[in-house]
Amino acid sequence: MSRGVGARLAVLVAAGAFGALGGCDGAPPARVVRVFAAASLSAPFTALAAEFERSHPGATIELHFAGTPQLVLQLREGAQASVFAAADEVSMQRVVAAGQAAAAPSTFAHNRLAIVVPADNPQAIAGLADLVRPGLRVALCGPEVPAGRYAREALARAGVALHSVSDEPSVTAVVAKVQLGELDAGIVYRTDTTVGGVTAVDLDPAQGVTATYTIVPLVTARPPDVAAAFVAFVVSPAGQRLLAAHGFVVP
Amino acid sequence: MTLDVDFGLQRGELHLDVAFAVAAGETLALVGPNGAGKSTCLAALAGLLGIARGHITLAGERLDDPARRLFVPPASRGVGVVFQEHRLFPHLGALDNVAFGLRARGSDRRSARTAAREWLRRVGLERHAAVLPRELSGGQAQRVALARALAAAPRLLLLDEPLSAVDASARLLLRRELRAHLAAFAGPRVVVAHDALDAFALADRVAVLEAGRIVQAGTVAEICERPRSRYVADLVGTNLLRGTVHDGVLRVGDGGTLVVSTPHEGAVIATVHPRAIALFRERPSGSPRNVWSAPVVGIEVAGDRVRVQLAGQVALVAEVTPAAVAELGLARSVAVWVALKATEIGVDPA
Amino acid sequence: MNARRRDLAALATLLPVVVATAFFVLPLLGLLLRAPWSRFLEQAGSPAVLDALWLSLLCSTSAAACSLLLGLPLAVWLAGGQGAVRAVVRVLVTLPMVLPPVVGGIALLVAYGRNGIVGGPLARWLDVALPFTTAGVVLAATYVSTPFFVLTVEAGLRSVDRRYADAAATLGAGPWHTFGRVTLPLVLPSLRAGLVVAWARALGEFGATITFAGNLAGHTRTLPLAVYVALESQPEAAVVTSLLLVVVSVGLLFLLRHRWWPSR
Repeated sequence: MSRGVGARLAVLVAAGAFGALGGCDGAPPARVVRVFAAASLSAPFTALAAEFERSHPGATIELHFAGTPQLVLQLREGAQASVFAAADEVSMQRVVAAGQAAAAPSTFAHNRLAIVVPADNPQAIAGLADLVRPGLRVALCGPEVPAGRYAREALARAGVALHSVSDEPSVTAVVAKVQLGELDAGIVYRTDTTVGGVTAVDLDPAQGVTATYTIVPLVTARPPDVAAAFVAFVVSPAGQRLLAAHGFVVP
Repeated sequence: MTLDVDFGLQRGELHLDVAFAVAAGETLALVGPNGAGKSTCLAALAGLLGIARGHITLAGERLDDPARRLFVPPASRGVGVVFQEHRLFPHLGALDNVAFGLRARGSDRRSARTAAREWLRRVGLERHAAVLPRELSGGQAQRVALARALAAAPRLLLLDEPLSAVDASARLLLRRELRAHLAAFAGPRVVVAHDALDAFALADRVAVLEAGRIVQAGTVAEICERPRSRYVADLVGTNLLRGTVHDGVLRVGDGGTLVVSTPHEGAVIATVHPRAIALFRERPSGSPRNVWSAPVVGIEVAGDRVRVQLAGQVALVAEVTPAAVAELGLARSVAVWVALKATEIGVDPA
Repeated sequence: MNARRRDLAALATLLPVVVATAFFVLPLLGLLLRAPWSRFLEQAGSPAVLDALWLSLLCSTSAAACSLLLGLPLAVWLAGGQGAVRAVVRVLVTLPMVLPPVVGGIALLVAYGRNGIVGGPLARWLDVALPFTTAGVVLAATYVSTPFFVLTVEAGLRSVDRRYADAAATLGAGPWHTFGRVTLPLVLPSLRAGLVVAWARALGEFGATITFAGNLAGHTRTLPLAVYVALESQPEAAVVTSLLLVVVSVGLLFLLRHRWWPSR
């Protein structure tokens, strides 16, 4: 019990310190389902939620996006949520292991890694091996971020010893700094490169590491039936079409 | 080395417009009510305020002349100022305060300190070299401020109510010291005086400033004799006598004597309030210590009082009611009996 | 009866004080309660944490020094008068105080980044790049902390009695001599306070740093960034690192309280 109070306190401290974790305590009204989703899902999930609300009158989806590890932290510290969508299986396993999943997680999408470069690819980067060229400034996400972990796996598999100039906190930070021209390249998800000013260089399929997105209703779900319905909608053909339209690979 | 000024300036409500000259070795006292422009006048002389019209000339050199777009900044004027409330630098000890002007003009630390120590000795504070201003008494601080101004070897010395921040007991001593230091300073000096006594004690001449104008100027005696405004009359209302005391008898400069009640001996300044002087048709019975007959040389109505100028063994001004004038039949050249108690004569060492 | 009423009144005035104090003390208490005390020293003494600590101290001290260099002339000028120009400059200079630090970081990239207004020519002609370097951390920290220094020192300068400068002038002191020997010593308490505030702000700087200078262990990962990184992977280490930051800040402010903070 005291641990629960401490946990809530810690979330508040963290929220105060970083301002990044929005207000996430306090229960939503009855027909509102709060969905915690990985930051890279921002675009497709916004569309999915709109579609779901249209076909389920009276239901409201409240979306909360953050880096997957941050979401895991918030859930562990007692944040109320009904559905959790993770960008990697390790993070999902942590939530399952904590007994917070109400069902077995389902895989609903895959994402491929890509090298993000400025729109006209001025350094003519063709693959991972080009990233270690002297004078280039390349950054990855930190190893605690799924995209960072996947990128390191891909580099290891390709036998490339890359020196990252910075462990960026999210894929969006990497993309933004490539856009601004501060970085010559970065490794992010393919789906993150659809913004303006940048373009993607696909990886050699042999080196490719695939991110797996999983979704699960949580034991704290309110109301549980709407939460389950949203999860079902994401894995339904309609949901899968929407994800594919945003560049995700569907199973 | 004469100070010669004729200038005007506007500052807030005050329009200051003055003209006067002070010769080398001469002290001019500026007196006047609060807000008359005395301190403003000093600030203009020091270059801390610009003038709008006229000129400020020291030893033939124009320090300020707006018509010719000429303005010598304060740091280059060689005008020493002893400020009201002393304005010693609070973070520096007495010695470093006095050495400040020499250091500012490029002396090395060592010789500046040596010279400053000599100045401190002259004002009797050589043992307070390291003491911070906040730990000095009012009188000590004012002495350090004087030493600081003099150590910078100014050509003109300005003092703004140098005695106002000093308590009454220290005042007499400081006034006397100040007079000695002023006498030792060769250039012209201008002192804003708090009251007639200070002006009389320190200055050769007095200029009375009211609402930005000099309403009267002259020697102290001249002004006492013919105050030209109510303010001046009030200011100089008290009779000031300079003389020497010996065995309880005051011998006034022009020869007359008065019995006084004082432990002091030697040079003094005596004050007699006009209302303390009693006038009679016949020689009064009883035994006031000082009784003499004197001719009335002037009668002047000042508000609800009448000022009666008396010649005789001691020239004094008495103040009586209009009814008394009628009753005594007072008129020019009429002789009256004057009575003055010894205890009504204030005596300060000069 | 009366005494009891007085006690109640005293209690009533004390209550808001207790609430306000608790508001600030509870987060600290939370950290203390959650800290893994058995492994505290081991965690706090780990090379990663010590690197971050050293980098934080180095960068915040350098930033405070830069605040002094940049901020002093500015504060002197701002305190030197009134007017619209000064008002506008003051708003522009103090903007980083209210700007979200991340926005500050982006603004820094646009100005001093590789393609920035200043950073572009620097990179092209001098081969100097600030982002992703320790110098970049100092720059970001200076950007967010200098306004605190400027405002503190300007207020101090304005409270210094102008008449001392006048007195110095009548003694033959030029403006520089007056500034160095009179104004500066008188404003020293504000100068110290400004340095402490700037230093503390620089020590806690996060948003502009991670945006402009990135996050690389040993080069740009200061203590706040280390806390952020640890929070996602090892929350326990995050608590330890946070506590270390608290201890360092409180310790230094406490040590310097007499000499560096103006006493009442």
